[in-house]
Amino acid sequence: MELIFEKSRPGRAAVDVPASDVPPVNLNEAIGEKYLRRELDLPEVAEIDLVRHFTGLSRRNFGVDLGFYPLGSCTMKYNPKLNEDAAAQPGFTGLHPACDDSFAQGNLELMFSMQRLLSHIFGMADFTLQPAAGAHGELCGVMMIKRYFETRGEKRRIILIPDTAHGTNPASGALCGFETVNLRSNAEGGVDLAHLESLMNDEVAALMLTNPSTLGLFERGIEKVAALVHNRGALLYGDGANANAFLGKVRPGDLGFDVIQLNLHKTFSTPHGGGGPGSGPVGVSAKLADYLPVPRIVKQDKGYAWSDNFPRSIGRVRSFYANFAVVVKAYAYIRSLGAEGLKRAAEIAVLNANYVKEKLKPHYDLPYDRVCMHECVFSGSRQVAQSGVHTSDIAKRLIDFGYHPPTIYFPLIVPEAMMIEPTETESKETLDSFCGAMITIAGEAKTNPQLLRDAPVSTPVARLDEVLAARRPDVAWNKPRSPDDF
Amino acid sequence: MSKPNPDERFYSKDHEWVKDRGDGTALIGITDYAQEMLTDIVFVELPPVGKKLAAGEPLAVVESVKSVSDVYAPVGCEVVEVNTELEGAPELINSDAFGAGWIAAVRPDDPEQLKTLLRAAEYDKLIREDGQ
Amino acid sequence: MDYCPHTKEDIEQMQAAIGIKSIDELFDDIPDKYRLKNIPGVPSSLSQQETLELLQSIAARNVLPPVTLTGAGAYAHFIPPVVGHIVGRAEFYTAYTPYQAEISQGILQAIYEYQTMIAHLTGTEIANASMYDGASAMAEAAILAAKISGRKKILAARSVHPQYRQVLGTYLWANGFTVSEIPFTADGLLNFVALEKELDDSVAALIIQSPNFFGCIEDVRPIVQAAHEQGAMLIAVLGDATSLGILEPAGACGADFVVGEGQSFGNPLSYGGPYLGIFAAREKYLRRIPGRIAGATVDKNGKRGFVLTLQTREQHIRREKATSNICSNEALCALVACVYLAAVGKNLRELALLNIYKAQYLKGRLLELNGWRQVFSAPVYNEFVLACQDAKAANARLRAAGMTGAYEPAGDYPELENTLLFCATELLSKKDLDRVVETLKEEEG
Repeated sequence: MELIFEKSRPGRAAVDVPASDVPPVNLNEAIGEKYLRRELDLPEVAEIDLVRHFTGLSRRNFGVDLGFYPLGSCTMKYNPKLNEDAAAQPGFTGLHPACDDSFAQGNLELMFSMQRLLSHIFGMADFTLQPAAGAHGELCGVMMIKRYFETRGEKRRIILIPDTAHGTNPASGALCGFETVNLRSNAEGGVDLAHLESLMNDEVAALMLTNPSTLGLFERGIEKVAALVHNRGALLYGDGANANAFLGKVRPGDLGFDVIQLNLHKTFSTPHGGGGPGSGPVGVSAKLADYLPVPRIVKQDKGYAWSDNFPRSIGRVRSFYANFAVVVKAYAYIRSLGAEGLKRAAEIAVLNANYVKEKLKPHYDLPYDRVCMHECVFSGSRQVAQSGVHTSDIAKRLIDFGYHPPTIYFPLIVPEAMMIEPTETESKETLDSFCGAMITIAGEAKTNPQLLRDAPVSTPVARLDEVLAARRPDVAWNKPRSPDDF
Repeated sequence: MSKPNPDERFYSKDHEWVKDRGDGTALIGITDYAQEMLTDIVFVELPPVGKKLAAGEPLAVVESVKSVSDVYAPVGCEVVEVNTELEGAPELINSDAFGAGWIAAVRPDDPEQLKTLLRAAEYDKLIREDGQ
Repeated sequence: MDYCPHTKEDIEQMQAAIGIKSIDELFDDIPDKYRLKNIPGVPSSLSQQETLELLQSIAARNVLPPVTLTGAGAYAHFIPPVVGHIVGRAEFYTAYTPYQAEISQGILQAIYEYQTMIAHLTGTEIANASMYDGASAMAEAAILAAKISGRKKILAARSVHPQYRQVLGTYLWANGFTVSEIPFTADGLLNFVALEKELDDSVAALIIQSPNFFGCIEDVRPIVQAAHEQGAMLIAVLGDATSLGILEPAGACGADFVVGEGQSFGNPLSYGGPYLGIFAAREKYLRRIPGRIAGATVDKNGKRGFVLTLQTREQHIRREKATSNICSNEALCALVACVYLAAVGKNLRELALLNIYKAQYLKGRLLELNGWRQVFSAPVYNEFVLACQDAKAANARLRAAGMTGAYEPAGDYPELENTLLFCATELLSKKDLDRVVETLKEEEG
């Protein structure tokens, strides 16, 4: 498909600008010629061509509204349209963030209420809504841990991270100057308690734990883990990416987590938008509440207001307050589901994952054969041994059956991993069809592996040369490239 | 099957090979086995000439599409030359890991240290066990 | 209301297939004493109708003025209707990150087009697919400069957005780096003399903003030169991004990184978020910059296509060695910007001109009022600072007349007491501007 620049023709425009109703100004006098730009090379297309271009692009894109997206750890549940409409109201979209607090009482009330609701759901003392994504929330959480120990005059330089952890965990730790030390998993897929005990000392600031883990397994030793960590004065960080497994069933705060980050674009149904925007609220236990980012909402007689008056705060992690529109969508979701709906979401999510696990078990290697939570992890090792096709080939072949592939090659400790998270919004028929496709592909892997290696064949482009893209990067269109460049 | 590991060279357990040039300098690269594991190499971050390294410090970084690997200095040394061909053609490591895919030439602080590295037969054994 | 399609029959069949009698058995790993019966403190579910009514009543507690005189990092611009119609397509907004490129060519190509336009607008060669917002984009550029150079000190002009400097402070503290502030002159521009005293080979980067927080346009070239002479990088932060339609970008003056807020390109004010962190740089930093990047390539049949490329920079591969932990970004907001820029096209220059005319008109008329004077003499884009007798009272009058007042810089700059930072965009008609002046005129009477 042509780029918008290739469709551009001099003199065309999609959007006009009104004539000025105030006097024009001599730019050379008002600003000075040397500050003016020489050329402005933006597309010139009529609105009809603009619309066809982007509509055409949209038709080359897969979304949850089109089909099943069993991406483990991503919680690609249905994005309710109710939330979209709730957030699209002009009262929410039109307010300037620096307006007087008296103009924004609705927004302040919503955010304050959201903090309270999340605190109840997760058993934490308070929340910040500032972080713009899960990773941003992790960074914020680790910063609070750092400030906590600084304030206490304790020099703790290590953060323990399980080998099943998402890459953002060690990255966040390192970005706050911590040394990240690997914590092994046991044969059951949980924390190796003996290894944890051997690693715990007074230099450890925290353990970053995902529960359930990225293997989709609930940490059976969680009470011992929390005790081991707390007994040495360290903190327990919870990566809440997998919260969809336990809403209304258990609360991280009750299990001993001191700080957790959430992903509203996962658990709380806000749309992924092709990569963002998300929102990563961070909840804390009472001992960390002083360190939350500012400004924070305070409730006064005359209403709500922003306050910077929190001397122990880590400061700001973003401009203004939050990915506010995303927070509104999640708030609408929580209010429409209510306490019982949130619990049902977790129950059905876990039911769906176990159902898929049972149906696929005969056909793919299952490294941890126990009750899973909201996601299950298989390995393509059997298929590799049988006919040399890899998980990536299985994934690409699934595309030809109309599904988005599951998460592949993660977690790292499972070779040829496939992580499947159905979510609760998928019907039994969808799961049956998906499993049918996976089983067919397992058969093809045995009898006609070339079908997998050639896949996908039903898409606008076939498999793309990622090696070329990394060796000779082309990240901005400059001019017509010579054929030699490709 | 990886290409055979030349007898006269030295090897590290991190899959580097070292070739004594006989003039006080040595060439360093990664073995054919290593490039097979990495698959298509897309970029090599070379050290600046003149950089001094202790044994075990990262000398260069090799990137494939899906992974990043450090190449370590097998012995304490100073970088005297780097293979600038790799800037435009990192795939040389894939096609000719023992030859045109060399990464850097270094001056070892103590040439005797080279003898503490593995010989070809020992490295062969290492990668056989790795495979199991 | 919930969104699970499961009927009682579905659940029974599935339970049978799994070999359980009740879903509760699947939660046996949770220690009994922590198992919840219900979530305390969360109200019961509401129907769709009730939920919408609730959200409407909350929104109604806001006061939405038709006229906004505040900029200060968030700008009220005309959003062409075509933007919402395109970005509202579910194939875009319900899509995941385009890791499976073959079924994500839509968003990948749009990101590539976005990157292209941003690189051009900022006068650089490369741009990533977005950061969270202008403030975090600036902070991450500073961290990157420190890591590339091995130096630990950052210099930041005090005329950079106060919130951005706060975020910078937090990020630098976390990494063990330091920051020193460079004051501004009476003109409202970077104090060069003070800069030269601080610039030495311990400095990783100098950060300036243009147009700066006061709306003043900096002379970027000599600043870049001074920084480079000491081996420091120059990070240039954007003011209102629409200024790129008329002003020479910092990239063209040699800046190493151009970062800032892209909200002006078609994204609503939205009470501060989600916004759009622009991150653009010189080509030589391509393999070091944070964030996702779309790249062009070919498929096995030689057909052009797009992929997320250079992923080895990112956290999911580099893990603790990554220079950033960013994963999700502001992709849909970048798509908004892409559509906006393609729609407005070269008319961005006309739009920028209109902003300048409106600002000059408002400034001129306000300066006719008794006791109002210009604070800074440097040329401005669409924001400017004026001093008056009583800034708080003036803003109170504006609010009482149903307008969002101007920004009061005194909170961040104590020496600027009784000043107001005004912003005038194309959304303010002559009538609106005249009404502002009339409202403020009454006060002196």
